[in-house]
Amino acid sequence: MSAIPATRWSKLLEYAEARLPALTRLKRAETLPIHLDRHRIYVLPTRFGLIYSAVLIVMLLGALNYNNNPALLLTCLLGAASYQSVFQAFRMLNRLDLHALRTEPCHAGDPLRVSLHFRVHARRRQSLRLQAEGQETVFDLAADGAITIEFSAVRRGWRKLERMRLSSEYPFGQFHVWSWLNPEFAALIYPRAETNPPPLPRAGAAAASRTVRMSGDELASLREYRPEDPQRNIAWKASARHDELLVKEFELRRGQEIVLDYSALHGLAHEARISRLARWVYDAETAQQPYALHLPERRIGPALGTEHRHACLRELALLP
Amino acid sequence: MNLKIGKPLTQLQFGLTAASVSVAVLPHLLRMPWLFVVPILLVLLGRCQQRLRGGMPIPAWAKLPLVVIFPILIIFHFGTIFGRAPGAVLACAMLVLKLVETENRRDARAAVCFSSFVLMSALLFDSDLGFTLLLVAALCVFLGALRELESDRARTRAWQPALQEDLRGGALALAAAIPLAVCVFLFFPRLGSPLWGAPGDTTVRTGLGDSMAPGTMQELLIDDTPAFRVEFSGQAPARADLYWRGPVLWQFDGSTWTRPERLASSPAGDVQATGAPINYEVTLEPSQRRWLLALDVPLTVPDGAVRGADMSLVNRAPVNDLLRYEMTSSPHYVLEPRLSAEHRRLALQLPEEFNPKARELAERWRMQFRDNAHIVSAALQLFHNEFFYTLNAPLLARDSIDDFLFGTKRGFCEHFASAFTFLMRAAGLPARVVTGYQGGYYNRTGDYWVVRQSDAHAWSEVWLDGRGWVRVDPTSAVSPQRVQLGARAAAGETAPWYQANWLVAARNQLDLVNRFWNSAVVQFSALRQQGLLTPFGVDKADYSDLMTVLIGVSTLLLGLFAWSVLRAPRIAYDTLDVAYARLCAKLARAGAPPRPAEGPRALAERVAALWPLHDLAGLLAVYSTLRYGFAKPPAGEVLAFARAITSLRLPGVQPNALSSATQ
Repeated sequence: MSAIPATRWSKLLEYAEARLPALTRLKRAETLPIHLDRHRIYVLPTRFGLIYSAVLIVMLLGALNYNNNPALLLTCLLGAASYQSVFQAFRMLNRLDLHALRTEPCHAGDPLRVSLHFRVHARRRQSLRLQAEGQETVFDLAADGAITIEFSAVRRGWRKLERMRLSSEYPFGQFHVWSWLNPEFAALIYPRAETNPPPLPRAGAAAASRTVRMSGDELASLREYRPEDPQRNIAWKASARHDELLVKEFELRRGQEIVLDYSALHGLAHEARISRLARWVYDAETAQQPYALHLPERRIGPALGTEHRHACLRELALLP
Repeated sequence: MNLKIGKPLTQLQFGLTAASVSVAVLPHLLRMPWLFVVPILLVLLGRCQQRLRGGMPIPAWAKLPLVVIFPILIIFHFGTIFGRAPGAVLACAMLVLKLVETENRRDARAAVCFSSFVLMSALLFDSDLGFTLLLVAALCVFLGALRELESDRARTRAWQPALQEDLRGGALALAAAIPLAVCVFLFFPRLGSPLWGAPGDTTVRTGLGDSMAPGTMQELLIDDTPAFRVEFSGQAPARADLYWRGPVLWQFDGSTWTRPERLASSPAGDVQATGAPINYEVTLEPSQRRWLLALDVPLTVPDGAVRGADMSLVNRAPVNDLLRYEMTSSPHYVLEPRLSAEHRRLALQLPEEFNPKARELAERWRMQFRDNAHIVSAALQLFHNEFFYTLNAPLLARDSIDDFLFGTKRGFCEHFASAFTFLMRAAGLPARVVTGYQGGYYNRTGDYWVVRQSDAHAWSEVWLDGRGWVRVDPTSAVSPQRVQLGARAAAGETAPWYQANWLVAARNQLDLVNRFWNSAVVQFSALRQQGLLTPFGVDKADYSDLMTVLIGVSTLLLGLFAWSVLRAPRIAYDTLDVAYARLCAKLARAGAPPRPAEGPRALAERVAALWPLHDLAGLLAVYSTLRYGFAKPPAGEVLAFARAITSLRLPGVQPNALSSATQ
């Protein structure tokens, strides 16, 4: 399919969505939980269902022609059983809740594992098919639970999910029942970490000369709260006696911090710098050396620890 | 998409598909020539064996000869490929070949789909209740197979539970389908006339033939399928008087009795009823023959039939479907008091060169007795004294009557009737053989008689001057039980094992179900359908009436189904929460409503002092323990708490007490 008709088609769909929100399948992103009910579950016969009903019609004509009532009864039974399977198929999706989506941050290039948490409301859901971004997963849900799907994560930054198609043809494959899931969800993709990086920069003199307070073990002083401060560092009792929140600052006792400076990395492209910085964050953590991250518009740290690492990687990921 | 279709089948999926094909083909195999049974079975079993052992897909060069060879065999055997029987064989062969090439889900589904067609076509050959029920059970296998094809469980789980679940699911789906199926069955308009070629059934069924040679009836006498059923509108005659008249045989060529064709068109002989007529209704099973059975001697002629000169009823067309007709008969009659010359000649005809000893005996009687009636009694006396009734009659030589009368001396109705008629003719009395049925089984529950093929009988009629044709049953002279109790009782030990008494009794009771099946389902015709709406004021329901009712009722049924699926389920409220809410409501009514952000402990602190006589603090402590102390609070204690709340009576408090307590 060429690009232009696709655009036109999607424009048409968007128009239809605007006019007939209940009828179109182009659901806008919704907040969780998503509750599947009859307003958003669609049913159509499958190709097999159509062929099967053609065979049933032939059987019906044969039985009528030969005026054979037992054969007619048999045909009616089979037809009614097939027809009523539409309800069973519908029940596979009806009252199914998608109540949470969870993911662990991953690096660009690694698979993004998203787990979808469903609530089944005490009904066994069989042969569900989830089509997400060109891949299909078949699963059963016997009880409340989650399934994990791997998505590709190519670029750093916020990664949104395309809408997913949850469908079932259970029990007889004669009816296709489906619904669209378009949860409001974005996963943070950290930048790719460079594979063979140069060693960490040495602790610079500039850093040593500055009298910055670092997060360490020993309580040094109190300062005003800044939005990025972890909650556990807030000095609640002291804050109660003041108008604003105060934060405890700790002094690091040993060693000197390294500065991972974006602008210091000359001769590298934008993405390559980010990639190297991401790798250095890990290396610094491994070496247990406190580090600060200096980005064009932001400075973090110096500090050490998981929270600090995530904060740094997050900033790197969200760089323009 | 292609990837999904191309996924190879699991063993269970293939097994269920093969089972579907087998249950569809098996009913056909029972009536198929061996020429086809063997190759079809070989291909079916071979393929299952090969696939379940994990064999590779069958290459095209191996499949091609199979595809060609079956049509060739069919044309070789039937001469054509069209028609019901060759068509059924072809369908079975093609279905089995489909299984040979079944490797993925799409193939398997096509096989199951086609199986249902083949299964249904089996009912075009035989539609009794047991058979139909078996085929309905086979539908469970189809639906189970479709379920399994839709799920991939067997890839990860053991196959036995999966199989059980599939079959149970199929059976449940069928059970749920019954109301809708019955509705469609009742109201779907039937065709007045067939859309294409009138169905011609070529299968041979056992039944009365239009000739009788020694041994022809033996097959009938051990066949317990019902021949027809009778409902009398008044008192039924005694069992010994139930002679159901069938073809009358005149011509004897030394071994075989046959019926002269021209008698069918000659006018009926005159008959005078001398007793009260008996009215009854006969439901004749399809026999593929033209005979209609009636109680001796029929006074009326059903529509579409003629009564021959010999009082036998012949239908214009072979009876291919269940046929119901009203009859009136008279057990006492004078039949043809004046015998026409032609009938006399026919009734005395004998082949010249056969049975000299029997002729000699008859000549002797003729010399001996003046009165013809004495000749009859002499012959009966002879049978009574010297002959035995047995179903295992020995084979007879060329002079069959001589051999029987003077040699073997044992046989059953046809031997006696044949020998007796021969003797009478040889003695100069006009006589003929009448075949039909004798007796029947009275089903008390359904108040009707069922007459089986094993009740087939042959007797004689002798023309006596002044009395017309008189029925003489030589068998009853030999074995009175035959007439009073039936052929089975007369046969004694010689009856085959499956005619054991208890088995026959059970079958006779079960016949009630068959009869219901016949009248309710098999015979439900366009005519009956028209009368279906009579109770609702529609005298003759036409096409549009039926369609309206069909659409209305099925919509109603589907609506019920939809409602049961869509309705909001009852929320299972938590007993503990309900009890706590009731406590809060009681507090509010008494004047101390809990505050929005108040937990049980805070509430207890606030209200305990207001009602010192009631242990509110204790109750709320119990609630806290139950609610927060367990992952799942013990049911007994929850109930006790709920009961305590129910029995709690709180007197209203003064507003000032309230305000002092809240400070």
